[in-house]
Amino acid sequence: MSAWTPVCRLEDLAPERGVAALLHPVADEQEGGRPAEQVALFRLVDDRVLAVQQHDPFSDAFVMSRGIVGTRTVDGEVRTTVASPMYKQVFDLVTGRCLEAVGKHPVRDLPADLRTYPVRLRDGVVEVGAAPSALVGEPAGREVA
Amino acid sequence: MGPRHLVVVGGGMVAQRLVEALRDRDAAGTWRVTVLAEEPRRPYDRVALTTYFSGRDPEDLALGDAALWSDPLVTLRRGEAVTAVDRVARTVTTATGRTERYDHLVLATGSSAWVPPIEGADLEGVFVYRTIDDVAALRGYVEQLATTRPVVRGAVVGGGLLGLEAAGALQALGARTTVLQVGTHLMSAQVDLGGGEALRRLINGLGVGVRVNAATTRIRAHRRGGVGRLDLADGGRVDADVVVVAAGVRPRDELARDAGLATGERGGVVVDDTCLTSDPDVSAVGEVACIQGACIGLVAPGYAMAEVTVDRLLGGAAVFPGADTATKLKLAGVDVASFGDAFGATPGALEVVWADPVGGVYKKLVLSDDARTLLGGVLVGDASAYASLRPMLGRELPGDPSAYLVPAGAGGAPDLELPDDAGVCSCNNVSAGAVRAAVTEHGCTDVAGVKACTRAGTSCGSCLPLVTKLTGTELAKLGVTVSKALCEHFELSRAQLYDAVRVAGLTTFTEVVARFGNGGRGCDICKPAVASILATTAPAHVLEGERAALQDTNDHVMANLQKDGSYSVVPRIPGGEVTPEGLIAIGAVAKDFGLYTKITGGQRIDLFGARIDQLPLIWQRLVDAGFESGHAYGKSLRTVKSCVGSTWCRYGVQDSVALAVLLELRYRGLRSPHKLKLGVSGCARECAEARGKDVGVIATDKGWNLYVGGNGGFTPRHARLLAEDLDTETLIRTIDRFLLYYVRTADRLQRTAPWVDDVEGGLDGLRAVVLDDSLGICADLDAQMERHVEEYEDEWRATLEDPEKLRRFASFVNAPDVPDPSLAYVQERGQVRPATADERAAGTTTDRGGPVLVATTLEVRR
Ligand SMILES: Cc1cc2nc3c(=O)[nH]c(=O)nc-3n(C[C@H](O)[C@H](O)[C@H](O)COP(=O)(O)OP(=O)(O)OC[C@H]3O[C@@H](n4cnc5c(N)ncnc54)[C@H](O)[C@@H]3O)c2cc1C
Ligand code: FES
Repeated sequence: MSAWTPVCRLEDLAPERGVAALLHPVADEQEGGRPAEQVALFRLVDDRVLAVQQHDPFSDAFVMSRGIVGTRTVDGEVRTTVASPMYKQVFDLVTGRCLEAVGKHPVRDLPADLRTYPVRLRDGVVEVGAAPSALVGEPAGREVA
Repeated sequence: MGPRHLVVVGGGMVAQRLVEALRDRDAAGTWRVTVLAEEPRRPYDRVALTTYFSGRDPEDLALGDAALWSDPLVTLRRGEAVTAVDRVARTVTTATGRTERYDHLVLATGSSAWVPPIEGADLEGVFVYRTIDDVAALRGYVEQLATTRPVVRGAVVGGGLLGLEAAGALQALGARTTVLQVGTHLMSAQVDLGGGEALRRLINGLGVGVRVNAATTRIRAHRRGGVGRLDLADGGRVDADVVVVAAGVRPRDELARDAGLATGERGGVVVDDTCLTSDPDVSAVGEVACIQGACIGLVAPGYAMAEVTVDRLLGGAAVFPGADTATKLKLAGVDVASFGDAFGATPGALEVVWADPVGGVYKKLVLSDDARTLLGGVLVGDASAYASLRPMLGRELPGDPSAYLVPAGAGGAPDLELPDDAGVCSCNNVSAGAVRAAVTEHGCTDVAGVKACTRAGTSCGSCLPLVTKLTGTELAKLGVTVSKALCEHFELSRAQLYDAVRVAGLTTFTEVVARFGNGGRGCDICKPAVASILATTAPAHVLEGERAALQDTNDHVMANLQKDGSYSVVPRIPGGEVTPEGLIAIGAVAKDFGLYTKITGGQRIDLFGARIDQLPLIWQRLVDAGFESGHAYGKSLRTVKSCVGSTWCRYGVQDSVALAVLLELRYRGLRSPHKLKLGVSGCARECAEARGKDVGVIATDKGWNLYVGGNGGFTPRHARLLAEDLDTETLIRTIDRFLLYYVRTADRLQRTAPWVDDVEGGLDGLRAVVLDDSLGICADLDAQMERHVEEYEDEWRATLEDPEKLRRFASFVNAPDVPDPSLAYVQERGQVRPATADERAAGTTTDRGGPVLVATTLEVRR
């Protein structure tokens, strides 16, 4: 597996607004290969780019990139966050940790926290790495028989 | 053995409370109850009778939960007056000939208005003020008079609480009114001479004339019929076209007298402290009961009697605790309250008085001889201290008593820490402890919750300031922030931030958060709120520059997110009027893109199951067909619903569709704290259900009636009448101002119904702002709406014309043409719906055509 997938140029991303990206082409999956993996990419005002799984464990929909980016103070520390557009759970964009579940539980007992992906910038191109496999919960594309 | 039978004579306020309390407490169903009510309606809130002038819907006066009357153990017979009680056979007989046997009987017949035996009191145009029917007849008469003469003159006989309320109502109907008081000063039963004098100045300030020492000796007819004039004992006379007699009430004890029950010297059915009459099978409660030697014309003691009676019926040992005779005048602009020993009749009582004769303010506290224990008080002109002082009755006041009397700004009343057993709401007998417990034990997090939980503040409302304060204090103790701060990024409330942003002329979130924020980059609460504020203070496209990052996904892609991550699309159909070509165009789009279609409650068509990358394609087709964004996704104007109106309907009196279209086109795109819905009905049959809307317009033969603050949703509310018989131009100007005043001052996600309640002075206060320009902001509001109308553009059309904006609709940044592989659908009733988790697993999903495993749509593209 190539460690890094180039996805777009930095200027393709609007600050504080997410986009979705596919880590492996859907064609791979249809040919029996790896399932398509959807990630949500966010560019911050300081041009850092962060990536988490696109799948929202609370609504079971692939929508995290469409959430609102912001900050939240946790234990005196300012964390960068994204809120699910579906039921408004708030996640730490750096660690993937669910900071507020708003009284709900993830579907199918999935982990409440989001998987994070390493991101790097090469010559203005945003590249996403593989998620540390230990943390992989739900595959990012749906598995259908 | 079946349940025993309780018969209640009279269906007034106290009867309602009695039945409610019984059904609350008698879980085992040992009693069934029959209420025989002379009035043709369910018990209603007589205390709020005067609001019937502005609301006019008897429903607005409903008491308690209507479900009570469908309880199988409760029977309410309306229009059934009891004419005789047979205590031996234990039966009652009604005017219609019905006989009911009782195991226990409760007399709750209230009082009737007393009309002094003056010649002419039976003339046409002389009214009393006790029931909905009285008030409706009075109103009709005045309205009729107003059509035949330029000025209608009114007179009110009686200057007590009721008389002043009636005078206020007459004045509101446009009659020029004079109050005639027999005694030396107004409200002589509650306030002393000094207070009465201050009160007279306040009443004069409303344009109502006052004559004291004015005993009416005769009412004379006008030569054209109806009343014309009142003669006074001092030889004076007062011209009047309509007269309201509010000279006092008399207990309706006639049944009891005829049945041989003991009655009081000044009337009323004599009861003991358990509310039993001289017959142990008969109780009397409410105004008709003569308890501890007197009948009491207030609802709170009546409620207490109802509770005592219920307790006794269920085997308890409750006794009447004594009457709280505190009163507060409910007349806009005139603040009067009196409580406890208002006249300083207690031996050795001391009085502390503060008066400002020019401002019409008079305040007095009555204290025990050591100047420490509060015995009573009179507050005229500024009764703000009433709510916190009343519960302190009979207790030691901390600090210097005069501190409670000086005007608010000048130091203000010290904060009172009320003991738990102090009564807060006397209408509903709720103690400070109960309010606190609602927060600490029952988890209420706001005043609305506490009201629902304890019933405090749900009757006359005079205790609300105190309930609000107690609730706030308790929440603060629990560490719950009750500040109206928007979120951790802004200390300000939405309304404050709106003003700040508008005055500072800021146009971007970065500026706003830098100038007014606490640091940080905002969140999903403040960002959409700021976007909404900027939308009306500095209008620009939703996706313009930095603004795009503030929007919820709905506003960001201008469609409604659905549970599977797809969106729904709603083109605007103004007033619900659509051509066949339009319908066909929408149908073709739905068919080509495989969308599920449903008619909405707002008279338009919702297309579901669109992928984010399909939205521009769908909208290109819709815009080409002449449609524009319906803003179904925004906290903004949704629809203006209408009935078909006078163009087709046999009963319509105005063209409701034309007005609805006009309003929808005027306010389309207006961003607001919450969604806004309007309705227009072409006649009083109200087929558009306009009173369920934030703004409802109902045609009259003279113009339009305007209702505001109707909401559906979790707590449905009927809209209330703001103004009547407006011409179209005035109507639109008034709606303009109402909407923008709401946009400017409501809290985030606060709908119009609770907002109207929160506006200072409630509906009357709102009327003053939008009709009389009491805040001097109307020119500004008018200009702001003009600008909105001029600068409106269809945000979908603008998006389609801008490739930069269109890039936001890519499914994947690195594969813009690959549809989201996670969406899957199955067929149901001839259309698609999202597949369930099980269906996905079983692989029976469809591509909206034939069955395939992984669903993506194969839409037709042009
Ligand atoms: C305009 C107005 C404003 C008021 N404001 C206040 C206020 O601010 N604060 C306050 O505490 N109080 C106020 N009151 C007084 C309050 O409304 C009464 O104290 C309360 O309604 C008494 O309740 P009740 O059930 O005893 O009598 P009512 O509510 O009068 O009900 C008695 C019912 O019994 C019916 N009835 C009588 N005889 C028979 C019969 N033989 N058979 C069948 N039915 C019969 C009557 O038709 C009536 O419907 C106000 C009253 C009015 C009119
Ligand atoms: S005191 Fe009347 S509602 Fe509370």
